[in-house]
Amino acid sequence: MPGPSHTGMVEKRGAGHWLSHAGLILGVLIIAFPIWLAFVASTVTNQEIVQPPMPLWPGDRFYENYSNALVSGINAPVARMLMNSAVMALGIALGKILISLLSAFAIVYFRFPGRRLFFWLIFLTLMLPVEVRIVPTYEVAANLNLLNSYSGLIFPLIASATATFLFRQFFMTVPDELAEAARVDGARPMRFFWDILVPMSRTNMAALFVILFIYGWNQYLWPLLITTDPSMNTIVMGIKQMFPSGDDYADWPVIMATSILAMLPPVIVVITMQKLFIRGLVDTEK
Amino acid sequence: MATITLDNIKKSFGKTDVIHGVSIDIEDGEFIVIVGPSGCGKSTLLRMVAGLETITGGEVQIGGTRVNETEPMDRDIAMVFQNYALYPHMSVFDNMAYGLKIAKTPKSEIAERVAVAAKMLQLEPYLTRRPRELSGGQRQRVAMGRAIVRKPKAFLFDEPLSNLDAKLRVQMRLEIKALQRELGITALYVTHDQVEAMTLADRMIVMNAGVADQIGAPLEVYANPLTEFVAGFIGSPATNFLPAAALPGTPASAARVGIRPEHAWLSTEGEARLTGTAVYSEALGAETLVHLRLPDGEMFTIRQDGARAQPAEHQTCHVAWDTDQQMEFDEAGRRI
Repeated sequence: MPGPSHTGMVEKRGAGHWLSHAGLILGVLIIAFPIWLAFVASTVTNQEIVQPPMPLWPGDRFYENYSNALVSGINAPVARMLMNSAVMALGIALGKILISLLSAFAIVYFRFPGRRLFFWLIFLTLMLPVEVRIVPTYEVAANLNLLNSYSGLIFPLIASATATFLFRQFFMTVPDELAEAARVDGARPMRFFWDILVPMSRTNMAALFVILFIYGWNQYLWPLLITTDPSMNTIVMGIKQMFPSGDDYADWPVIMATSILAMLPPVIVVITMQKLFIRGLVDTEK
Repeated sequence: MATITLDNIKKSFGKTDVIHGVSIDIEDGEFIVIVGPSGCGKSTLLRMVAGLETITGGEVQIGGTRVNETEPMDRDIAMVFQNYALYPHMSVFDNMAYGLKIAKTPKSEIAERVAVAAKMLQLEPYLTRRPRELSGGQRQRVAMGRAIVRKPKAFLFDEPLSNLDAKLRVQMRLEIKALQRELGITALYVTHDQVEAMTLADRMIVMNAGVADQIGAPLEVYANPLTEFVAGFIGSPATNFLPAAALPGTPASAARVGIRPEHAWLSTEGEARLTGTAVYSEALGAETLVHLRLPDGEMFTIRQDGARAQPAEHQTCHVAWDTDQQMEFDEAGRRI
């Protein structure tokens, strides 16, 4: 019986195989090292951090530093900031999904005057990042008394051209006969939307949720502008607020604990949702 | 169960007229097949009856009521689509029950009606499955089931068998016919397959470029086609057409003459009305199709019994037929 040809996979068993692994491991170490340092810094005293050499192994202050950060923090308790971030990220992710689903539904399934114009207008806003329109947006938010509120954190960021475009593309692959069958079955447009389109889009929704949650969680500039009350700070901008101005000393262990805490929710979302959308990819239902 | 009346139905997309006025009175429980080549407007006609396409002119009545402006859901019809159009995320049961659920039918009645339909269609073991876990034939049955449970006034079929393989198509054809007979529900069925049309129809509408060329019972249409198009489209293999000038003894008004392959035979030189060269023969067992090339280059097909001798290639053949069976058409393609 002839053996497998000595190309491809088999060849990689040699030195090349180990070399590429070594390269990958090195890469992981380089990327993970700062995170490890942050973790180490969050488990020792401030004294140990400011005094060189910096420790490379965790100390014994894990519990104190983290409970200190969560309960009292520096400007506001980190637990509070985590809550604010969670509300903002969830609000943005879910809101964006809902609004994009509805607007894509309108664009794909209804013939109304200016349909193409509206689509291209939405598409055009893809090219305008938050930073470009941030001053007028702030003006509007301030006039509407949205400063220091969840509404102010969420609503200005809740429309998504990308997600609308994505759902539009998906809806266009749904056979017309399905909509017609639903019409014959007696489903009015919104019934068709909820009973058929939304369940069919759930894989796309899961994938988008991950991306949009992280997008919402990582917002920095907008919360920095719109929240002045520390109790409304989100965690990502809150970290920056923890740095002292002037000659005060920085409470590094608490700041580092906060950083680690800020990283956890996106990681959890990615890990749990990953399972869901891999399952979604395996049983395609079109 | 209801009568359906189409009164001079017209359809235009912008300035293009697609359907030029079709009229028919369909009796309660009748099986009507709309047949024609692709692009003749047969699906559009069906979709206008369904309410999925607006009606440009004329009137559609279902059960004696004008439904031109009525939404599909309120016309009380059920439709079976070419690609089945099953809801992919719902089980077979839910697919069949969806229309009833929307109509707010009591749960116990839904369960009962779906059970009856499932039994009729041998779908009982599959009620919890998703459409993608079913074969093509089973999906087709679910689509049928979805139509049956509604107890509609009429069934509308849009080429429902064209995605199935040949064997399954024959089987489902018989099942559809039996089911429609059993339920006694008026049916409109669109197909491009003339065999389906011949076997299923009580009456058929032969469509040609947006015009109903002929409406009648299948055998009547076959025996007595009113136009050259119908003569060529209904019957397999297709009718041979010859210029009338080539045949002595045809009326002066005739432009073309049609002879069905089954009506012509290879003859002796004495009785021959035509002479050609054998190009090839297709022996199908029970019958043989002999293809001849005429002196003017046109092809002529003869269908003969499989037991008879086949002419050798390039052999000169003589062809005869009974002049009573030849069909004469005028310049415009109308039967004389």
